[in-house]
Order: sequence, then structure tokens, then C-alpha cells
Amino acid sequence: MIKVTRSAVIDAPIERVWTVLRDFNSHTAWHPVVAESEIEGGERSDQVGCVRRFTLRDGNRVREQLLALSDRDHISTYCILDASVPLRRYVATVQLKRVTDGERTFWHWQSTFDTPPGRERELADMVGTDVYEGGFAGFREYLRSPRSVSRGRPTPSRAAAQSDMTAHGVVATAFGGPEVLRHQPLSARPPGPGEVRIRQTAVGVNYIDVYVRAGLYRMIEPPAPLGMEAAGVVVDVGDSVAHLLPGDRVAYACAPPGAYVGVRTMSADQVVVLPDDVDDEAAAALMLKGMTAAYLLHRTHQVRAGETVLVHAAAGGVGLFLCQWAKALGARVIGTVSSEDKARLARANGCELPLVSRDYRFASPVKAATNGRGADVIYDGLGAAAMEENLDALALCGHWVSYGQASGPLPAIMPETLTEKSVTLSRPVLFHYTAERSALQAIAQQTFDALRAGVIRVEIRHRYALAAAAEAHRDLEARRTTGPVVLLP
Amino acid sequence: MIKVYVSSVIDAPADQLWAQIRDFNGLPKWTPFVAESRIEGGMAPDTVGCVRNFRLKDGGIIREQLLTLSDYDFQCTYSILESPMGVDDYVATLKLTPVTDGGRTFAEWWAEFECAPERENELAQQIGQGVFQAAFDSLKSMFRR
Repeated sequence: MIKVTRSAVIDAPIERVWTVLRDFNSHTAWHPVVAESEIEGGERSDQVGCVRRFTLRDGNRVREQLLALSDRDHISTYCILDASVPLRRYVATVQLKRVTDGERTFWHWQSTFDTPPGRERELADMVGTDVYEGGFAGFREYLRSPRSVSRGRPTPSRAAAQSDMTAHGVVATAFGGPEVLRHQPLSARPPGPGEVRIRQTAVGVNYIDVYVRAGLYRMIEPPAPLGMEAAGVVVDVGDSVAHLLPGDRVAYACAPPGAYVGVRTMSADQVVVLPDDVDDEAAAALMLKGMTAAYLLHRTHQVRAGETVLVHAAAGGVGLFLCQWAKALGARVIGTVSSEDKARLARANGCELPLVSRDYRFASPVKAATNGRGADVIYDGLGAAAMEENLDALALCGHWVSYGQASGPLPAIMPETLTEKSVTLSRPVLFHYTAERSALQAIAQQTFDALRAGVIRVEIRHRYALAAAAEAHRDLEARRTTGPVVLLP
Repeated sequence: MIKVYVSSVIDAPADQLWAQIRDFNGLPKWTPFVAESRIEGGMAPDTVGCVRNFRLKDGGIIREQLLTLSDYDFQCTYSILESPMGVDDYVATLKLTPVTDGGRTFAEWWAEFECAPERENELAQQIGQGVFQAAFDSLKSMFRR
């Protein structure tokens, strides 16, 4: 009995490698010695017991049967039924293991077989070198090529992968009101090292886009496109991008702005692959606002059951997620909203006491609803106009989390102001919490899990054509929208 | 039952790494956190059943028993008898597998244990990153070529 073992490390996450290797009929896509492959009897190529019929480039023919397949252990075991090469009692196992310090995969390929006397060395070399080592090299080549497409999605053309692509985008021509936005053709160059080019299908609109457009946050130099989040499909990737492949459905929420475009070339670091059950519009509506709710409720402040949480703009994009999620964590949720309609919406999403207030007066009713105690944590996107009321509405040792400034930036605060109640003041920014890729993955995963479990819900009531971004901004600033706003390129 | 799994690729042949790791009394030589170690009762450090008694650089004393040692599979399993970590039924396995492509080593280290529910995340992090990954990182720098 001869035993042949070869192993290698592949620079791609295990999910990416396994998607291909678990398919018993995938060899023509990546293995250099296999010319043709077909599953007999029209069976599925992941059906245990199915038989594949190979024609090799040297003309040899091999029939192999899938004996075992484990998605849990990433193992595929198969045997040769008959072959024009004299390998007898050949049983092989492919096993993948995760390399946890880096997005890599250990690939172990082992077989046992007998040969005619005198041909042991020759055939062992053929299996080990041509089939296994050749397979590793072919697979690496496959991952680098734009032909490699995950999960059977349509193949982008090679021509598209090598030249600039033109699509429309919305550019802020200067700092100012919605009138500075202009819809115009923009080109997206091929991705360089560490970059990805995405054909975008849905773009999220956020209040931060208004701040950027107005010049309050100096994140662009006009003329430049706005937008911090979008979803779409990968067209192509540059060198040293291991976690994305052409055809992947992806989404992102990150600086610098530039999401209001049909096709975008950007750094791949902040782009995550979407689970199949999260659709593009939901992702575009979810990434920035959902991940914001995730870190605000679990990292900036760890909301515990029984705490009283005050959520400002409780019917807004982040506000609704905060209400839903805080309630699911067992907190008592009080909110502020600007109209009766929004109060109803907030209440339907977990806000026990929505306070309708257009003049930033809410401290008295908050204290009244908590026996004078106040809120344990305040999620404040309002800013300057609500500062005094926030300090008044906070419980002793409360946590004031200021994550936005819709009414204008907070003025300077003396530490003594916080001493009055031992207040903790946080001024968090999502992009610091997601700066590390592993942290981004964890927060994105937590958000997708919450969506899947029904803890947070995405209900998109406001969709605009990308060309109508200015109208979307007007509606957002006039408080005419509730929940997520999505632009469709 | 908590499971922690850490794996890495170390740029040295598996037999060289194994020579270092199979010495159950050798933690001070290749981990960054063990100050000194001895084997209780004068047993040889590759005798299955022997107990190593070591002191961490932060002062904690840990006693661990060697349960299996395989020079064939480059694998050893051990349990914690006593430690300040607050874990029960702790069994860990360290396994090396040659990467034939490039003469490197795929190293795996995993543990299963019980602990108070509120300490699960903290201990998983401490053991996975603070112990296993830190030791792998130390091996990587020792065997850098």
C-alpha cells in the first residue's frame, strides 16, 4: 500500500476555498490536468455517491466516486472506480483547516493505493506532483483570475476587468445645500493593489452625508461624490486582496465618502461579503446604521436588562434600530420624535414612551417616567440644542453617548459639568470601531445575526433614483422620512 | 463546554518544531509567559502521565498532566490539574502537521473546558490569544528564517 500526502497553505479564507472544493465537478475550473469533467446520471455534484468522469489533458480517463462530504469538517473523500492509469484501491481525502491568525487555509490532500509491481515510485510521483501539487498551483492561479466566480454567479467579462468603467454618480460641486448636488458621468479605474471595484446596486443615505455636503465635516474637497455606504457585486479585485472575488455580493460602510456612484473603485479593507439571506437594499440600509446601533449598544455602552435608555430621533434610521435592539436586550426604551406619526412608528419598534417634541424639551417627562431618576444612557444624535436637557434627563452616573449633531456641534464642555452627576460622556465614531478588519467582521456579523434573528428589522419606505439624491437630502433634512433611505443607481 | 481553537503557519519544518514542543518541561524555552517549570516526582518529561509544575511570569502556578504524546502524529494532549484561571475539566491538544509545499508547519492548538458563564468570553480570549497565539508568535520569531 502506497500513501501519498501533500499539503499547502492557500491565501484565502476557508469558506472561499471550500465553496469550490466541495463541488465534485469543479476541477475543470482550476485543475490544470483535468480537461473535461461530468457527473454521471445528471446527479448533483455534492451528492454523496455521485460519480464524476474525468478526461485528463494527456488523454487518460478516470471515473471517481464521492464517498463522504462534510461541510462541518471540510472533508471530501473519494475513490477511483476505474481508470486508464493503473491506480488500484485508490482512496483520497481532501481536508481543509482554518488558519486562525490570518485569512488563510491549510489544505491537506492524502491518498492510499496500490500499483503494478515496479511502478510504485513513478505513480506516487505522478499523484503527488502532477495531481496534488499541480492542483495547489492551479487553485492559486484560479483564485487570482477574474474568471473565478463564487457560488455560480455570472462571470464578469475580462474586458471590463482591464479598463476604466463609466457610470453615473452624484457629486457635491461645492459645500452648500441640496442644490450643490449634480448627477454626472464618472469613471471607475481598474482596482490597484488592495483595492476592489464594485458595481453598486443600492446606496444608503445617512445624515452624515448632509454634514459632508454642507462642509460641516471636511471629508471631501468638492467636486467629489458623497456617500458612506452601499451594496453591490464585485467586478474585479487588485493584487493581495484575499477575502473578495469577482461575483461576490458585498457591502460596506466607511470613509472616505464616494458611495453615490454606479461603479466604485475603493480600498477592499472595509468591504464585507454579504450572507445570501441579506438582500442588497437591506444591506445598503443596514451597514452604517445597523453597525452603528451594534457598537453603540454593545461596545460604547453595554446595555443591560433593566436599564432605561433614551433614544433621540427614535424613528430615524439609527433610532429605529436602537429601539428594536435595546428592547430585545431587556432595556426600557424612551424616545424623542418630532411628530405623532413618528411616535407611532417608534412605539411599534420597541420604544415604550415616545415623546413628541419639536423644541428639544424632554427632560421633565423622562424624569417623570423614571420616578425622578432619569435615563441610564442617552443615545444622542441631536447635538447642541439638546445639551442642557440631556444633562438634566440623565440619571446619576449615567452615560451620555453623543454620536451625532443634527442641530449643530456641541459647544465646549467643562469637566465640572460632568461632575454634577458623575456623567460619562462618549463621542464615538463608527469608523474607529471598525478600523481593524477583524473588528469590522465581528460587528458586521453581529448586525447580520440580529437581522436574521428578527431583533432588528429593515423596512425601506423611501427609495429614490440615484439621480434624485438632492430630493432625498431635502426630505431627510425636512424630517419627512422615517427609517432608511436608499438610492438606486 | 467552551472550545477554543487557534491555528497558525510556522516557517520551520514540523520535526524541528516538534523536538521543541514534545519536551513537556520545556515551556520556559519557547513560550513568553512561563518563568520556570519542573516535572513532579522525577519522571521523564516524555512519560505519559507525568505532571509539569510551572510558574508564570505573573506569579501564577499551574500543574498540568500529560495525557497523550504521539511522535508519529506530532501531537500531545494534556489536562490542567490546578490553576488560578478558574477553569474545570480543561483538556488541550497541540498538533503539528507538515506543510509539504515549502517545508513549513501547520500548527493547531485547541482546548475544551468549563467555567462560569460570565467568564466565557474573557477566558476564551485569554487562552486563545493570550496563551496559544502568543506561544505560536513566539515560535514564529524563534524559527524565523
